[in-house]
Amino acid sequence: MDDLIADFVAECRDMLEALGGEIVAWEAQPDDRARLDSIFRFVHTVKGNCGFFDFPRLEALSHAAEDALADVRAGRRQPDGALVSAVLAVIDRIGEMVAAIEAGEEMPAGDDSLLIHSLEPGAEGAAAPATNAVEAQGKASAAPRTIRLSVELLDRVMSTVSDMVLARNELARRLRESSTEVSVDGAFERLSSIIAEMRDAITRTRMQRIENLFVALPRMVRDLSAELGKQVLVDIEGGDVELDREMIEMIRDPLTHIVRNAVDHGIETPAERLKAGKREIGLLSVSARQSGNQILIDIHDDGRGIDGKKLVEKAIAAGVVKKADAAQLSPREQLALIFEAGLSTAKAVTAISGRGVGMDVVRSNVERIGGIVEVDSKPGDGTRMTLRVPLTLTIIPALTVSIAGQHFAIPRSAIDEIVRANGESVTLEHLGGAGVATIRGRRVPEVSLADILGLESHVEEADRRLIVLRPAGGDVYALSVDRIHDHEELVVKPAAPAVMATGLYAGTTLADDGSPILLFDPAGLAEVGGVKLEAQERAARIAEGKTANSGPKTVPVLLFRGLDGARRAIRLAIVDRIEEVPASAVCKAAGQLRVQVGEAILPLAGVQSDALNGDKVRIFRLNDGANEIGYAFSEVIDFAEIGKDVIQAEHAGEISGVSLINGEPAELVDAHWLFANHVGLSARSTEQLVCRLPSDDPWMQNMLRPIVEAAGYRVVDDDDGETQVDLVIAAEGQATESDAEQTIWLRSAPEAAGKKDQSIYRYDRAGLLMALKSAGAGRGK
Amino acid sequence: VNELLLIVTIAGERVALPAAAVESVVELDTLIPVPRAAPHVAGLSALRSRVLTVIDCMRALELGVTDCSDGIREAACVELDGHPYALIVDLVEDVVEALSDPAPVRAAMGDGWERVSLGIVETEAGPLLLVDVAALIAGAEAKAA
Repeated sequence: MDDLIADFVAECRDMLEALGGEIVAWEAQPDDRARLDSIFRFVHTVKGNCGFFDFPRLEALSHAAEDALADVRAGRRQPDGALVSAVLAVIDRIGEMVAAIEAGEEMPAGDDSLLIHSLEPGAEGAAAPATNAVEAQGKASAAPRTIRLSVELLDRVMSTVSDMVLARNELARRLRESSTEVSVDGAFERLSSIIAEMRDAITRTRMQRIENLFVALPRMVRDLSAELGKQVLVDIEGGDVELDREMIEMIRDPLTHIVRNAVDHGIETPAERLKAGKREIGLLSVSARQSGNQILIDIHDDGRGIDGKKLVEKAIAAGVVKKADAAQLSPREQLALIFEAGLSTAKAVTAISGRGVGMDVVRSNVERIGGIVEVDSKPGDGTRMTLRVPLTLTIIPALTVSIAGQHFAIPRSAIDEIVRANGESVTLEHLGGAGVATIRGRRVPEVSLADILGLESHVEEADRRLIVLRPAGGDVYALSVDRIHDHEELVVKPAAPAVMATGLYAGTTLADDGSPILLFDPAGLAEVGGVKLEAQERAARIAEGKTANSGPKTVPVLLFRGLDGARRAIRLAIVDRIEEVPASAVCKAAGQLRVQVGEAILPLAGVQSDALNGDKVRIFRLNDGANEIGYAFSEVIDFAEIGKDVIQAEHAGEISGVSLINGEPAELVDAHWLFANHVGLSARSTEQLVCRLPSDDPWMQNMLRPIVEAAGYRVVDDDDGETQVDLVIAAEGQATESDAEQTIWLRSAPEAAGKKDQSIYRYDRAGLLMALKSAGAGRGK
Repeated sequence: VNELLLIVTIAGERVALPAAAVESVVELDTLIPVPRAAPHVAGLSALRSRVLTVIDCMRALELGVTDCSDGIREAACVELDGHPYALIVDLVEDVVEALSDPAPVRAAMGDGWERVSLGIVETEAGPLLLVDVAALIAGAEAKAA
């Protein structure tokens, strides 16, 4: 909110400054239409913003001035000397108040009714407190706490810093090659950390609160619903999530479109809602949260939902799917049809949305920036759209691969999975010269990178790796490459037109060793490789649907070798990224091993003793949504999947069990235990929020408690007699004397019982963490 | 009239590049090929943490292929539309002052030269063909399109 006020003040001051000359000119020539318009715009803007910020005096003033000026603009009133000076007095008073807001002071005392009265036709000249205003403005300009910068300048600084990072990488390489003195290394290390810090800071300058995007929504929804005769309440959450400025611009249109759709097609008219047994007022909630290096934006309405069957009928009529295929579609796939071009479920085309050009454009816009749109809906119950977008555009997490000795990079966001061409559940066939890979029953087109690039590969086909790619558009194909190397975060630059003309590449970057690397555009590869994405997609999905039920459910894991040489696996979803830190960054502090990564100090797991071999340590950064810990390892072996056949460990500990992965046993790392033991310890030492759990509920005590503790709460039992608690968690239907500020209700059914059901499904980890986090934030304020 | 020109040799012929466009003259060592790119794109090379797109001038003029296998090649670095390029030439000779504005060449030149020519300029080192850097970078295909 403070940021918004600061923005508002800055905007007002800018406009006031610009207006200075206009006012004088208008005074000399009251019938000058252009001047009148700009003054009108000013009071109009002030009025609009005041309603939002609750500055009643400012609002009343600007409203009165707006009314008077509107009359003049409409020709209902002639501007005379009295009106001009009254308007000027009002503007002066506004300037005075804005200055007071900026300085964080009380509004200057005084009654505005005289001023407002003086605006009325036939009123006598107003007494303008001019001296006061001058004084206040002088004070304000003395202490500018923010400055406005052009975005171009920031972009330039950003690209210079990116260059600096690359230059540092090159220097690092040269230093490695030549033996240097320790003092030089030390100085270089310092330079490196300063550059890293600077890059973080600069990246932050380009970050904007997503609030900037959300601010316009309530107004838009209000106008829309008024137009449509509906009642909609907007609930916005997570406005403080920060996102790259460029990214915010890129998702503005898709978000607006989804919100419009939700109001127009989703939420019913009050009469329909009453008939359906809902409250008259529809609820539209928009929330944003960060998850790893992605931002999730949820747009959820409690309207009529999307009827998957109707969608399928339409799709068949429009020729998007064949009738035979349509029968095979899962409910989720039915809903996904909404993103196909030329489909709209709206009965009538309205001015607001529903011309059938919509969701397909939304999807392609979001995917262009490496994001995903997902839809979930229950007829009669509402629709949830989820946008997942990366934090920034300039640094792309990528996988480096090689073919015929040359390295290339593939954006990680497009990678579905990686399998061995001769793996157990993979068969590779050639039909009429075209490659077809069957991966766990799913048939996907296969293309060889060597063929696309026209290079000779010296690796036997069976020894290659298949990367299953899902380029923007959602259609999968497998790309065979010689070798897979590493995950890297690459600073990507646009490539020259002659390179882009190939259609294969998305940009260029420099690897750590200083050599240029080309970044592939997965959609371009498919196109050049001759993969017929459109036609293949559904066939692949259907083949998948048939086998998916029979096969066991699997979880993607990262197979790695621990520092002690043991083969271990960790769930891929919780690994945020891989980092390499100098051994000196690991130290024993405050009772446990910790590692410094950039500016953060994380608890470190995976190390059995203090002794670290070598001068570099590679760590996984694990994230449970609220806390991060580091996990040291020696090397990544592969990506893999684990099924249900896990032999559980006898005792709770770092290892939860053992499973066969690629024919060899591997220990599964219990992330829950890691967080409970590492983060729980560190969080407990600080000032803590207190959460009460029922002591007689074993599920809460055994399963939930570690999560709550990991989120930074101190847990007390309800028979501890402690009364000062910040949060109570209880099973739905359970009685609790609620002296706490917040209560979280948990239900055991995945589906909510009804609209008013505020409870959280007990295994909805993300939802739980959100609730825990927001309960904590609520007390912090 | 006082424009400075960089004299280079491409395909055995001495020609002039506008010196103002040339940022530096470098020796390229490693070249990373760009598969499927136009033939005159010899590859990518890194220079002071920038990625240069390397253009084989001989190839751009369709006068043959510069042999890049033996390692170090001389190249002129230019920037066009925000993208850095390196133009591989046989030899970089000297910088001279232009003594005249470019005048049209009326004799028939080879196709390649015709495409990149900005005209003849008089210099102390005799008349030279002034080459359009952008046309060199565009290569042979741009003309056909």
